[in-house]
Formats: sequence, structure tokens, C-alpha cells
Amino acid sequence: MSALEVSRLSKHFGGVAAVDDLSFTVEAGSIHAIIGPNGAGKTTLINLLSGIYAPSAGVITMMDETVTGFSPDRLARLGLSRTFQNIQVCMNMDAISNVMVGGQTRVDSGFFAGLLHLPHIRKADAALREEAAALMAYVGLSQYRTAQASQMPYGALKRLEIARALAAKPKILLLDEPAAGLNHSETDEIRKLIEHIAKAGVTVLLVEHDMKLVMQVSTRILVLDYGKKLAEGTPEVVRADPQVIAAYLGVAA
Amino acid sequence: MTIAPRTLGLVLLAIGLAAFPLLSPNAFAYDLAVRVLINAVVVIGLNLLFGYTGQISLGHAGFIGLGTYASAVLTTHFNWPPLVALVAGAAGTGLLAFVIARPILTLKGHHLAMATLGMGIIIAIALNNEMHYTGGSDGMSVPAFTIGSWTLSGDRNWYALLSILLLAAVWTASNLVDSPAGRALQAIHGSEVAARIAGVDVAGVKVKVFVLSAIVASVMGSLEAHYLEFATPDTAGFVRSIILMTMVIVGGMASIPGSLVGAALLTLLPQVLSTFEDGETIVFGIILIVTMIFMPNGLVPTLSNRLTRLRS
Ligand SMILES: Nc1ncnc2c1ncn2[C@@H]1O[C@H](COP(=O)(O)OP(=O)(O)O)[C@@H](O)[C@H]1O
Ligand SMILES: [Mg+2]
Repeated sequence: MSALEVSRLSKHFGGVAAVDDLSFTVEAGSIHAIIGPNGAGKTTLINLLSGIYAPSAGVITMMDETVTGFSPDRLARLGLSRTFQNIQVCMNMDAISNVMVGGQTRVDSGFFAGLLHLPHIRKADAALREEAAALMAYVGLSQYRTAQASQMPYGALKRLEIARALAAKPKILLLDEPAAGLNHSETDEIRKLIEHIAKAGVTVLLVEHDMKLVMQVSTRILVLDYGKKLAEGTPEVVRADPQVIAAYLGVAA
Repeated sequence: MTIAPRTLGLVLLAIGLAAFPLLSPNAFAYDLAVRVLINAVVVIGLNLLFGYTGQISLGHAGFIGLGTYASAVLTTHFNWPPLVALVAGAAGTGLLAFVIARPILTLKGHHLAMATLGMGIIIAIALNNEMHYTGGSDGMSVPAFTIGSWTLSGDRNWYALLSILLLAAVWTASNLVDSPAGRALQAIHGSEVAARIAGVDVAGVKVKVFVLSAIVASVMGSLEAHYLEFATPDTAGFVRSIILMTMVIVGGMASIPGSLVGAALLTLLPQVLSTFEDGETIVFGIILIVTMIFMPNGLVPTLSNRLTRLRS
């Protein structure tokens, strides 16, 4: 089964076609990487898939359901979660509450129940807090268990976003440059984390600039250039593609 | 079992409220206390909207005014029982807030500030212009609050009723901010896009908290009208909206105790400062500026942060 199917997807900003008539399929359980030079349309694609943008044209199918134009919260309920290239952590909250926000769809977020703190909320919230603490440990953030988000360094915030995304118990996880700005050992930690997440059965769509990381973890790679598909295939195939080498890998190397 | 800090806070607040009458306060002190209590409840509602959710409202006094005049007009001109008028005012205000919330709350920053400012001004003008019903800028008298043959009168009784309402407001608001719904509010403040991705219906939640805070303001406006037995359009005016916002900011954004401190401080300070006569507004302004420079998060969050840092 395909986790995601994108058919003739386009997104125009004025005259710019950030994503241009793009079609591809992401197999369930795979780690599917999307690479391409800056401005290739990777983030725009993630924004389309997660419902932040409505496409100008095309169809998105998620686990055999057409989800084109669905709102992000609706997609979240269907099992899609993501992180952001430009960190979107709630700095007004503590770290663990940020993670708990990720589990929002699994608890009763009604106002009435909240105002009266009904027993079922208290119970579910306590359970969610424990899950969030476990997730923080899972991504290696135990030491920030009681920290404010605003006190955390950049690398930790990147992982906090992953923990928050996982708190939704997603079936599909979109990661937009999770290793950007991280040093060597931090990148290695992220690699192990992505492999763990995929092993647990989550389909991962990975946008990343770090070629070593991409080649190590990916099942398949989609190469974008000017919003169009330049190449697609296994890491071996993509690495050997002359067009890719000319347009992208050659420049990076 | 350990007592949660907010339960302890609620108990302390209840003790404090109950202790006040034991100091044998005079009528003036009671009157001030009642005004503090009314403002405090409104500010708690506004803090949910502004402090927690990050949605500014520069027209919140408009909602107070709608409650005030619903009660004043419906009881005076239509002989409605006060409690029914209060509920009708709250329902009408809630409905109005619901209708305007979606278009208004898609706006951000300055645009939202301007839109809510305009909303408040329009309400104030409408109340001023409906001379026939409201008496215009002269205001109108309002009958005492009665339920059946029972009349709520006397400073002590008003103080008791409003104390109970404040405790209820503190309890429910503390519950809310410590629930999934409250986390959604704070997540919207922190990052709307993150909240949406996490499954929060951002537009819907904004509408809910806007309507909630408007209804709270309306109810307090109704009670204020019956307490003062008088209504003027100033109740709904721009100046009052600004003072309410200042109470939130000085007391502390996203802080329930801060709402109480802000309401108390800004209600009482002008009284204390009246000894400065003409200098009153200047001293008032200086205090605000100094607070904002040294405690940009407001009094209560800043002080509690310092305390926790001292302890560790
Ligand atoms: N919100 C937007 N408005 C206008 N242009 C945009 C917007 N988002 C992206 N673009 C443009 O779309 C193209 C692709 O951008 P982006 O998706 O961010 O690329 P990548 O993530 O691959 O670096 C760029 O030319 C960028 O300037
Ligand atoms: Mg990008």
C-alpha cells in the first residue's frame, strides 16, 4: 500500500511554480527522501502535503483517501504529522507541554470539560504527560524534562519538534531538514532516531541537505529541481544519475 | 497526597476574601473591593484571550457595556426581571461575539488591534446614540438587583456575591489553562502553524475563547449596572478597554494570579494617587512605564520566576 500518492501536484506563487506538475508515490513503511538545491520546492511540497497550503492543481491521496485541500488539523487526525525547517516551538510553554500539544487529537480538548477539569480529562492528561516524558527520553531530551522551551539550545529544539510530532502517534511523519544546523554527532543521533521511528512502522518523508545522512537512511530518493522531478529511485540509482550529479550532487561535492 | 499549587492558591484567596469583612471596612473600602472584584473577573476572561491565546482586544469594554445596557434597558423599559435581563444580555453578547469572531480573529497584530478597537468604539457610539432607551451620555438609572421578592442590597452582600463569582472564575480559569483546551490556547499563542499541525482547530478555538471572554465581560457589566444602580456609556468606552488591557499586562500575561494583582493594583492605585492631585496621571504613567521596563512579563510572572531562581 502507498502511504502517500501525489498526482500532478502544482503550487504557484504569482509567476513562480514552486511545485510544478509533480507526481510520485511514497510506500508505506519506507524512508522516502526529498533532495534538491535551495528553492527547489521541498518545503512547499511539505506544506502542501500537510495542508498548510492548498495546491493550485493536482491530487494528494493519503492511505487510499483523497485528502487534497484538507486542513492541517484534519490531516493530523488522519495520522499525518511533521516538523519544520524553521523551528516552530511554542516558546511561551515548557518543553513537556510542547510535546503534549502533539497529543492534542487524542485527548478531549473541549472547553466545557476543561473549565470543570472533569475526571476523564485529569486522567487522560496525566497519561499524556507520562507519554510525553517517555518521548522526550526517546529523542534524548530527558535532561530538559522540566525546562522551559525558551531555555533550550537549537539542537534540542529540533528534537523537541520530533517528539511533539511523535506524540500524535502519526502513521506518516514529514521531516523538513531535521539535521540542518546540527554538528556531526548530533546528526548521527538524528539518523539513529529516524531509523528507530521507521522501524516502529512510521512512514518517513525526509527533506534533508546532508547527503551522507540521506544516502544512509533512505529507501528511495526523489530529486527536485525548480519544482519538477529531476530523478527518483534508490540511493544507488540516484547517486549514479548523470543529471543529478550535474544539477546537485556535483555542486555539493 | 500533596496539594496542587493552584488548589492552595484558591484556598488562600478564599481565606483572604473571607477575612476582609473582619477588618470592619467602611463603605468606601467595600466599594473599592467590589470594583476590584468586578474588574478582576473581567480581566481573567481577557487574560484567557490575550495573555494565554495572544489575541489582543482593544474593545473589551464594549462587551461590558452590552451587558450593562441589556440589564439597564430591559429592566427599566421592558420590566424584565434582572436575572433574565442578565442572561439575555450575556446570550446576545455571546452571539454578537460569535458572529464577529471569525472574520476579526483571522487578523493579526496591529490589524486585530484596530478591528477590536473599532468594534468597541462602535458599541460605545451606539449606546450613546440610542438616547431614547439609554439616556445618551447622561446615562440612565438602573433598578436594584432582585430575584422574586428578594433584593440584593448593601455593600456586604454585593461583596459576598462577587467574591463567590471571583472564586468560581479563578477555579474554572485555572482548570481551563491546565487542560488540553488550555494547552491549545497557549500553543496558538506560541505558534499557530504548530498548533494547526498538532490538530488544533485554530479558528474554532479562537472563536470559543473570544466568546467566553465576551460573555464574562457582559455578565460583569450587568452586575456592575445593578450594583451602581446607574449606567453610562463610559462603561463601554475606549479608556476602560485600555485600562483592562493594562491590568492584564501589568499583572502578568498568561497568569491567573496576575489578573487579580493587575485588577487590584490598577483599581486601587488611582485612589491612592489622588493625594497627588494633578500629578495623579503622571505618577500613574510612570509606574506603568517602570513596570514594563523592569518586568516586561508583568508583576506576578516576573516575581515568581525570581523566587524559583532564588530557591534553586
Ligand atoms: N509563501 C511563499 N510565497 C512566495 N513564494 C514562495 C513561498 N514559499 C516558497 N516560495 C518560493 O517557492 C520556491 C521554492 O521554495 P521552497 O519550497 O522553500 O524551497 P526549498 O525548501 O526546496 O528550499 C522558491 O522560489 C521560493 O522563493
Ligand atoms: Mg526548505
